[in-house]
Amino acid sequence: MNEQQGVGAKGQEDRRIRMVERTMRMYGNEPHALIETLHTIQESYGYIDTDLMRFVSEKLGVPLSKVYGVATFYHFFTLKPQGEHTCVVCTGTACYITGAKNIIDEIGKQYDIKPGETTSDNKLSLLTARCLGACGLAPAVVFDGVVAGKQNPESVNETIRRWFEK
Amino acid sequence: MTYEELLEIAKIENEKKAQYVHTINVCVAAGCMSCGSQELLDAFRREIEKRGIENWCKAKGVGCLGLCTAGPLIAIEPDGIIYKAVKPSDVHDVIDALGGEPVKRILCPSDMSFFTKQQKIVLENFGKIDPERIDEYIASGGYQSLYLALREMSPSMVIDQIVKSGLRGRGGGGYPTGLKWTTVMKASGSQKYVICNADEGDPGAFMDRSVLESDPHRVLEGMAIAGYAVGADKAFIYVRAEYPLAIKRLRKAIAQAEHLGVLGRGIFNTPFNFDIKLRLGAGAFVCGEETALISSIEGNRGTPRPRPPYPAEYGLWGCPTLINNVETFANVPAILRNGSQWYSSFGTEKSKGTKVFALAGRIKNTGLIEVAMGTTLREIVFDIGGGIPDGSKFKAVQTGGPSGGCITEAFLDQPVDYESLAKLGSIMGSGGMIVMDDTSCMVDVAKFFVEFCMTESCGKCVPCRDGSAQMHYLLDKISRGHGNTNDLHSLEKLCELVKNTSLCGLGMTMPNPVISTMHYFRDEYLAHIHDKTCPAGVCNIKGGRK
Repeated sequence: MNEQQGVGAKGQEDRRIRMVERTMRMYGNEPHALIETLHTIQESYGYIDTDLMRFVSEKLGVPLSKVYGVATFYHFFTLKPQGEHTCVVCTGTACYITGAKNIIDEIGKQYDIKPGETTSDNKLSLLTARCLGACGLAPAVVFDGVVAGKQNPESVNETIRRWFEK
Repeated sequence: MTYEELLEIAKIENEKKAQYVHTINVCVAAGCMSCGSQELLDAFRREIEKRGIENWCKAKGVGCLGLCTAGPLIAIEPDGIIYKAVKPSDVHDVIDALGGEPVKRILCPSDMSFFTKQQKIVLENFGKIDPERIDEYIASGGYQSLYLALREMSPSMVIDQIVKSGLRGRGGGGYPTGLKWTTVMKASGSQKYVICNADEGDPGAFMDRSVLESDPHRVLEGMAIAGYAVGADKAFIYVRAEYPLAIKRLRKAIAQAEHLGVLGRGIFNTPFNFDIKLRLGAGAFVCGEETALISSIEGNRGTPRPRPPYPAEYGLWGCPTLINNVETFANVPAILRNGSQWYSSFGTEKSKGTKVFALAGRIKNTGLIEVAMGTTLREIVFDIGGGIPDGSKFKAVQTGGPSGGCITEAFLDQPVDYESLAKLGSIMGSGGMIVMDDTSCMVDVAKFFVEFCMTESCGKCVPCRDGSAQMHYLLDKISRGHGNTNDLHSLEKLCELVKNTSLCGLGMTMPNPVISTMHYFRDEYLAHIHDKTCPAGVCNIKGGRK
């Protein structure tokens, strides 16, 4: 999401905030629009930052403490910006049984990160998912939003290495 | 929309279908999509166009064909040929072989037990219709049950059919659906809601995802019938944000249904209005619990509250609310169409109909299956599932996810129904079935589920919040070879406590995986404690014997 934070992104900034406002309007700016609004924020910004939480809190008339409470309660929301590439390893039962742990260990070893962390050069974020429902293809890994099935430490490493080569 | 118009759509669609000598059905459910089935479908379309055979051959995307392990799958209709692991480079040969000898190297025998031993009701349209076109659903008899209910039946007649069918909640609880509907119908209140629980949080389960991706209209129709029966005109589908394809297809299906007038205002020229909205979950397992789900739809943290009052009386925004699972709603149109007697002819005395299961883990044929209730676990694992790959030995099958238990070889001949599984210390659950072989350590598996519940506990009640952390601590200690016999006793006592005193289903069922593994695999626990060794070689025991 680096490029999105760059200078001269004013037009894009307006567009993104309009998306957020649109979602709130769609639900009549009612407090129950909170979760849907947070989804829109995460979709357009990649993460949820404090200023936007404040903005939503005022618009929907929900205390900031509650906005923060909801944003941190649900695992899908992240309050930290993600790296350039994301690698989400599914740790559902089927993937766990078939070796998801080895994949996480391997990435950890190669890039010195734990699940939920981003490499210091901001290139790669390693995340885990509870279950993608791709159990028939376990273990599954999502590379930048694209699901890949039947993975192993070598194949995951190969995909990530190609990112770093670019 | 009138009945004649509905039949007209079906007629036109069926005539169009009859025009094609061969139809190539490419699976475009999430499993095959991640193996590249969209590119495959495009390749077929290009090849058909290139050869100029559009007038007798068609390629289309269809819902899940079931055998996810061998994706991308395609089926040639009406020939009944199934090909597996098809690559764009096979397109040429597949089209050449139409009407003749099938291509042997990618042929998937359609007479294998995986296909023949199933009984499809919920999955009847899977692999046959394009989930993104309402016309195809209508051509297969869709929305006729809704018409029947609205024009020919009173709400109590509809409920009567559901009661007689013996349908029970497919989300795992097994509460009689007819009884739930009756309670909501009788509840007083001018505004009532219907909610479809599509927050399939059980790791290892993907039945609901497949139903929503492969036949979304079926769920919408079931919900509308339920709305008419209980007197609700507004509905929500609470679906996991982790299922983008299901969300996309649901949105499309709702828009199509509203456009045709089978949802919305004055459906089939009756005073019945029904409006369905989507709400996205945000990755909280506890939101599968009905009161937590309601709290989430209201825009709050997903924390459960004590019941009673049940949502049937005091639900969404305090109004009477009917909550059913995806698969439960998906059964409804078939019950009305074929009658309750037909439906109750499947299954066992107390568990009627069929159940969809997601087979995964160490099993040959991973994928989605539907069998009549009462089918034995052995038939599911070894006939339909094809047994364990690589000559490994079957160890256990886990049903019901983090709320269920492990079932061993000795009990494989038990029929699958709500009561039998409960007797074995497991539960039916929503339908995830994870098969394990001797490479899985049962202490590690128990630890995995407890860790899951520990992080997913909402933190509202103490037994679940602190109990899960303590259970995890003890299991971790044992798995690292530091445990003693006292820890085992403490763990047992803690399981009872958490089970009996937690506020909601998450806490109440969380000890099940621990209790069942301690019961059936006590020797493995003891090996970790006394011999400081992990028999499966999974746990990392420092200084222990391997």
